Amino acid sequence: MSCTIKSENISKSFGTKKVLDSIDLDIHSGEIFGLLGPSGAGKTTLIKILTGQLSQDSGAAYIGDKDTRMLTGADHKRFGITMDNFGLYERLSCTENLKIFARIYGLPNNSISGALAKVGLTDAAKTPAGKLSKGMTGRLKLARAFMTDPDILFLDEPTSGLDPVSADEIHKIILSEKARGKTVFLTTHTMTEAEKLCDNIALLNEGRIVEYGMPAEICRRYDHQRMLKIHLYDGRDMELPHNRDAAAVLAELIADGKAETIHTTEPDLETVFMEITGKELSA
Amino acid sequence: MKNICAVFLKQVSDTLKNKTVLIQFLMFPVLVIIMENAVKIEDMPEHFFARLFAVMFVGMAPLTCMSAIISEEKEKNTLRVLMMSNVKPAEYLLGVGAYVFVMCIAGTVVFAVVGGYSGADLALFIAVMSAGIILSELTGAVIGVFSRNQMTATSITVPVMMIFSFLPMLSMFNDTIRTAARVTYSQQLSELINGIGTTAVSAESVVVISINFVLAVVLFTVAYRRKGLE
Repeated sequence: MSCTIKSENISKSFGTKKVLDSIDLDIHSGEIFGLLGPSGAGKTTLIKILTGQLSQDSGAAYIGDKDTRMLTGADHKRFGITMDNFGLYERLSCTENLKIFARIYGLPNNSISGALAKVGLTDAAKTPAGKLSKGMTGRLKLARAFMTDPDILFLDEPTSGLDPVSADEIHKIILSEKARGKTVFLTTHTMTEAEKLCDNIALLNEGRIVEYGMPAEICRRYDHQRMLKIHLYDGRDMELPHNRDAAAVLAELIADGKAETIHTTEPDLETVFMEITGKELSA
Repeated sequence: MKNICAVFLKQVSDTLKNKTVLIQFLMFPVLVIIMENAVKIEDMPEHFFARLFAVMFVGMAPLTCMSAIISEEKEKNTLRVLMMSNVKPAEYLLGVGAYVFVMCIAGTVVFAVVGGYSGADLALFIAVMSAGIILSELTGAVIGVFSRNQMTATSITVPVMMIFSFLPMLSMFNDTIRTAARVTYSQQLSELINGIGTTAVSAESVVVISINFVLAVVLFTVAYRRKGLE
């Protein structure tokens, strides 16, 4: 499968602070890639470099086979970007907001209604952007990113600050874009979002990638965190490591008729990240 | 050209819903119609208010509108989105600048009609006003580019706008102020407008306006190089 987004040894500093340190990524066509990390880990800086908004100090980044420092207007048309700090014209309606970009991209007017329909904002087409709820604002930003029907979507924290229902709506939109063969690069600090959406993820901490791969595969690497949770008839709970030593204890509990329920806990990305960095993802 | 048109049309839609900017274009043209028809004082020069308000309009409207529009787009990060959509900084500035220019020329037409200009006097009036609008736009753009947000822009715009729009009026009452104000383009615009039909265009006015223009361009270049449009 061809590599759509590639970064080779990218480093970036602001003043004396190193924000990105030797970042290598290979993101294939048609996959959803998630970059996870706590606030300040360098996620937005990396997305800016990959979209040509910012130049790296060293290393190289490519969209297709083109260096991101050489991207032109035609290249920008190939990818849609939503960033948390990308604004909307608050006095203008959803349609008027999109009309600006339809003119810039030379798109027909029906592209506006198509983009609004795709994110479920047809009924709010005439509502000023400033009067939309946070979830609808997020969807309008997605509609703007979808206008050119781009091959690649860069979504910077697309569900940040949203309630679970609004976040779920955006997840469905992202998954439908993947089903249409689009490549999605998203940043998030929500591990459930990454586990639900992403084919591959990278865990970013203090500018360095500390883990990389499929979410389930990464969790399996930290299998030693798997625990046996036993609830006893006397109301107590026990936790045992998932190993041979636990088997004898467990057999005894069962033989004595003390164990009411037994289940295993799998490590998730949050606990993996905690183990690697000593920090919480949502920090 | 396509992007300049898109920015221009965006500004048309936005300003119709932006009372702060819209009032700048309407205030003095409406005021001049009222004052010219309502106030008649003996010995007052003919079309006094048309000439006075035309200079105030040119020193205020383009300057405040440019700084307000640019600083708002920077603060709300809409400018970043435009830049990411392949709108070049020059295209953005030309689009917004063209819009402000057209709106101010519409106001100028009101002043010209109320002021009773016709023929060569009308052409000279519009030429003088156009030069003033461009200079004020450049000054407003410098403030907009320099400011991070609307609050910073307003705090710089108000004193600068007061200097350029009110000095010509104050200089009518005080010779010292008039002497000092001669280095500003708005005072020279005032002298030119008041001299239409009676005095030839002075070399001093042309030189001062030209120097002001060069200074505005230099300031804009410095501000743009230091701050950019983001």
